[in-house]
Amino acid sequence: MTPAVEPVQRPPGARLLVVGADGALRHARRSDWPHELAPGDLVVANDAATLPASLTGVHEPTGAGLEARLAARRTLGPGDVTFTAVLFGAGDYRTPTERRRPPPAAQPGDALTFGPLTACIQAVLEHPRLVRLTFEGEPAAVWAGIAAHGAPVQYAYMAPRLALWDVWTPIAGPPVAFEPPSAGFALDWAGLRELRWQGVDFATLTHAAGLSSTGDPALDARLPLPEAYRIPASTVAAVASARARGGRVIAVGTTVTRALEHAARRGWLPAGEGLADQRLGPGTPLRIVDAILSGAHEPGSSHYELLGAFADPPVLRGADAALQHAGYRTHEFGDSVLVWRSASRGTRARRAA
Amino acid sequence: MTLHSHIRPAPLRVAITGGTSGLGLALLRALRRGGAKVAFVARTPGAVAAVAAETGATGIVADVASKHDIHPIALQVNAALGGLDVLINNASDLGPTPLALLADTDCEDLERALATNLVGPFRLTKALLGALAASAREGRGAVVVNISSDAAVSPYETWGAYGASKAGLKHLSAIWDVELADEGVRVLSIDPGDMDTPLHAAAIPGADPSQLKRPETAAEEIIAAIRAVLPARAPARAGAP
Repeated sequence: MTPAVEPVQRPPGARLLVVGADGALRHARRSDWPHELAPGDLVVANDAATLPASLTGVHEPTGAGLEARLAARRTLGPGDVTFTAVLFGAGDYRTPTERRRPPPAAQPGDALTFGPLTACIQAVLEHPRLVRLTFEGEPAAVWAGIAAHGAPVQYAYMAPRLALWDVWTPIAGPPVAFEPPSAGFALDWAGLRELRWQGVDFATLTHAAGLSSTGDPALDARLPLPEAYRIPASTVAAVASARARGGRVIAVGTTVTRALEHAARRGWLPAGEGLADQRLGPGTPLRIVDAILSGAHEPGSSHYELLGAFADPPVLRGADAALQHAGYRTHEFGDSVLVWRSASRGTRARRAA
Repeated sequence: MTLHSHIRPAPLRVAITGGTSGLGLALLRALRRGGAKVAFVARTPGAVAAVAAETGATGIVADVASKHDIHPIALQVNAALGGLDVLINNASDLGPTPLALLADTDCEDLERALATNLVGPFRLTKALLGALAASAREGRGAVVVNISSDAAVSPYETWGAYGASKAGLKHLSAIWDVELADEGVRVLSIDPGDMDTPLHAAAIPGADPSQLKRPETAAEEIIAAIRAVLPARAPARAGAP
């Protein structure tokens, strides 16, 4: 499949492959996705805004240039300015990550400067390029510095330099994601109105989507890193009320699926903040989510792996062939899939019993 | 969590543009006195730092007329307040000073008035709409206040750039209020009246301040109008997210 190389969130020709609970495949226009749902259903989306998480700077002990990509944080709190970060040598997104120069050797206690910001390395996390760092100064000044100096994380396949407005979904709010929760690019306010007119409910949670790729096989194998999330009480109530009326829960993106299923791992869904540290894949029981609206991803990615929780391998192989054959475009700004949980996975009631 | 926190109302989270003088500063002080969490946006670093130190609000140095400043403003507002219930688009540009007949108005002066008074509020509201709609879904309510003027309605001579921009903002507010009704987000256009502010002094240097409304009075009226369309502040529950 070919990547989408223009940062247009909702191109008029965007397509949607619908994978039914019976494994049947059907092509649709993505803008028609609300029509795939039924009255009583509930759509849950991730309202995280994306940080300009790529910071260009200097490793003070050596004077060497580097790029740090903020990758994760333990909480969503604005007062928490300690991040996990992936380091790259001098350069930028135009060089594919796997060909980037290595960063200067970082040690705990080293200072890094990024424009107006100074950070101190707290620890090297079992890999020379993965560190924990804390920014110095008042949190408000740290966020102002990141806003002024950072750039959205991007990859070599996308030539134009991304701006924040390219990577914020229309519903973006809390600036906590490190890469865009890009399934939400399919949403617009007209679509949300269409859902309402159809009797479909809409709710949000906030999930700090992390880096999707580092170019280093050992680091990539550790992705996704633990991701902080927050589920509002109103969203928990919306899930309960959808259940009570026999409606289905449709997650917009892998991040929403990861947050809801992590929060519900003990069999019930609490409101509040959590840290999703599980991997979703074939064999993972789905306690909340009945379907996922997601980008078209290539086999082997963690996004693709997650679809295994919804559908059986032969169905996913068939879907993959259909995407290939029809020329769907991959990555953040590409086409989409809507995958319903396979009927063969049993009902929620049976699993809960 | 303290023992009594379950009966304390959740503080209102408010963003104000142009908070270092005139009506914006009066609003900021009154909202802070009422216990609100406030972030404000202004262009001059020294004035922003002074007002932040005085009021305990979060100051953001930026220009709402600049397209490139909008998302950094939205990022900092959300980071500072942890969400947003009220956005007050107050920052205003008078157009040419001294005021001029439209035929004598430089295009650049008209463009700057439109950028500050119309396009800036549009962009910032759009960038913050996700946070506002989330607040509405969570039952906190959400309001955008666009500061208007009688010059938005009446064709006062020499007020062409300002009046045209404010007329546009007034109509933008009205349409947005209809479109966002189902999202639970209200968009109000409020004319605070002729006030004793730096903007008024620049427009009419000879005006007698004693004949003008005090910005503090206008601020109280605007806050009352905001509270009137918000749900009664739900008490914050202990342990609530």
